[in-house]
Amino acid sequence: MTATAEKEKMLTPEIEAFIEQWKEKPGNLIMVLHRVQEEFGFIPRTAAFEVAAALEIPVAKIYGVITFYHFFKLTKPGKNQIAVCMGTACYLKGGQDLIDECERVLGVGLNTVTEDGEFSVEAVRCIGCCGLAPVVTVNGEVFGSVTTKQMNKIIDQFEEK
Amino acid sequence: MAYKNYILVCAGTACESSKGIALYEELEKELKAQGVEAEAQLVKTGCFGFCEQGPIVKILPDETFYVKVGPQHAKEIVAEHIIKGRQVEALLYDKGQKGTSADEIDFYQKQQRIVLRNCGVINPESIDEYIARDGYAALEKVIFDMTQDEVIEELCTAGLRGRGGAGFPTGLKWKFTKNVESEQKYIVCNADEGDPGAYMDRSTCEGDPHSVLEAMAIAGKTVGANQGYIYIRAEYPLAIERLNNAIDQAREYGLLGEKILGTEFSFDIELRLGAGAFVCGEETALLASIEGKRGMPIPRPPFPAVKGLWGKPTVINNVETWANIPMILLKGSAWFNQIGTETSKGTKVFALTGKINNSGLIEVPMGTTLREIIYDIGGGIAGGKKFKAAQTGGPSGGVITEEFLDIPIDYESLQGIGSMMGSGGMIVMDEDDCMIDVTKFYLDFTVDESCGKCAPCRIGGRTNYNILDRISKGQGTLEDLDQLKVLALAMRKASLCGLGQTAPNPIMSTMKYFEDEYLAHINDKQCPAGKCKDLISYTVIADKCIGCTACARVCPTNCISGEVKGVHLIDQDQCIKCGQCFDKCKFDAILKG
Repeated sequence: MTATAEKEKMLTPEIEAFIEQWKEKPGNLIMVLHRVQEEFGFIPRTAAFEVAAALEIPVAKIYGVITFYHFFKLTKPGKNQIAVCMGTACYLKGGQDLIDECERVLGVGLNTVTEDGEFSVEAVRCIGCCGLAPVVTVNGEVFGSVTTKQMNKIIDQFEEK
Repeated sequence: MAYKNYILVCAGTACESSKGIALYEELEKELKAQGVEAEAQLVKTGCFGFCEQGPIVKILPDETFYVKVGPQHAKEIVAEHIIKGRQVEALLYDKGQKGTSADEIDFYQKQQRIVLRNCGVINPESIDEYIARDGYAALEKVIFDMTQDEVIEELCTAGLRGRGGAGFPTGLKWKFTKNVESEQKYIVCNADEGDPGAYMDRSTCEGDPHSVLEAMAIAGKTVGANQGYIYIRAEYPLAIERLNNAIDQAREYGLLGEKILGTEFSFDIELRLGAGAFVCGEETALLASIEGKRGMPIPRPPFPAVKGLWGKPTVINNVETWANIPMILLKGSAWFNQIGTETSKGTKVFALTGKINNSGLIEVPMGTTLREIIYDIGGGIAGGKKFKAAQTGGPSGGVITEEFLDIPIDYESLQGIGSMMGSGGMIVMDEDDCMIDVTKFYLDFTVDESCGKCAPCRIGGRTNYNILDRISKGQGTLEDLDQLKVLALAMRKASLCGLGQTAPNPIMSTMKYFEDEYLAHINDKQCPAGKCKDLISYTVIADKCIGCTACARVCPTNCISGEVKGVHLIDQDQCIKCGQCFDKCKFDAILKG
């Protein structure tokens, strides 16, 4: 702890308090990682090392968990995060076309960030709005029954912001 | 009951995302602005299930059911309905022709709501409303009036089976755990709803969180456990919020925590978040994940009922199973037992989605036929298309074809035709859906979600995916079909957990019922549904094209050329086969094939 304390710390006091609260509880790692990702949008390498020190577990164990679960990210996502639902209902109603369209318009593949850091596109598992399929979320805002044409407009809308 | 009217606004995720919250706020504003705050109570409720028509507003006591309500309608609802007592006809389903209350709408007529009894009825953020609907009465009964064995006996007699998919008798599971001597036992709720296209559990947690908490406490008392965990997907923020709120309220009321209802029984519940791993729906993997590890399954036996979380005996059930339990104990096993079929009792919640008119969440008695679900409740296939198949059981299930539309649905009948009950996703497909494409989609899913621990699942899944990919591109051979089968059988027999064992089900099922489609892709290099992009092309039929330029304007890659009033041409090299020109052309001048 002391060695990292001298350098500038990445984990905020709030996260440290959270870790303190969870430290004695068994099975705390995933909950702590959720808290870290909530703060940074991904799990930065430095943060992973600091979590390892705080919980007194090997870094390898932390990376083992991060890479196992889809939810945890190792790289910083774009400022605007586009998530195209690829649950079965959305897939049948054209989810893949929406992904193709995003890739075409933004010029980046899935899980990559545009050069200006504005957008990243990911395919997500069912978000449970199947009645509105196909569904896209941008920064958590849900858009239902999206067509490829609307996809363009949605991107434009966030580009201006 | 000081209020004259109650305005129930759906606050489930689906309705929220179609601006349900803005609607709620607008109604609040209008009630104030029009000076009738004291006359109508505004309530946020859980999912009504009729998501296709959302956001939904229901007004009590006259039960008026308004659909597709937007914030812009708030003023009219307050002015007309609340003040003048007149229904706003434009917002009624079917303009009121088939009735104005929920009960009169086709969508609800064949449903029976046990699990979803409180969804869309109470405010899920209020424990008082849950208690007013007999909430926690079952827990009280179990604590004061029943022995542990009586509770187990009641569940066994009721015939309740696990709703997570496998259908194991719940009472028996509890009995195993109860009979193990151990100082520490655990109760776990599986709310890691991984099946893509299913959201029953999310809606239950959002709409009636206390029903799950109550049932878990009942299990704690019955098997002698004092700690429960709810393992829930991190992708369900609203459900997490409502569950946490419900836990706090229950603790405050002395229904969770130390010395429940003044007795020596203590029981508490904590949430643990999943992190996007389908395999964690498998119980041993789920337990590993609660322990903070990679969610990899371990061989069973020993079953979690005997050796589960941190090596201690653990009862693990899914949300829907839990939500049934308080009702069974209150109304008695005899009541529950008369609902359903010989082997499968009670009701089942399905998320009815896909190419259907009324998408939504439905609850029907076991033994209801698929025809009733699709045509009576679901309102038939969207766009007047032809029904092709319904898929149940998600990536572990199979397809149900037209010839089986009339069999009564239960655990055994679905298994008998190569599908399974699963957790409750029911996806309807029409003539435009290609079975190879759908199967490939499911395989892609299971390959991606395989934890990689055992070879049959890790390698078999990937190899089968590659074969399907070849077939979908018109490069498959007849030998490929044999290979698919061999690998599928090997995976089924040799995989470690349910994920690998059931991953070949979509292949086996579609090969059995849609062999002709496989053959068309292999022999004729054609995709009959016109879905597999490598096997289709779009061309302009010169005789029919009048040169309106509509197709050229809609083409995202600008690959359609032609003068106004002249015949157009599609540049095949540039075409991405998005089909937009085909949809746009009013003169049927574009040929897909």
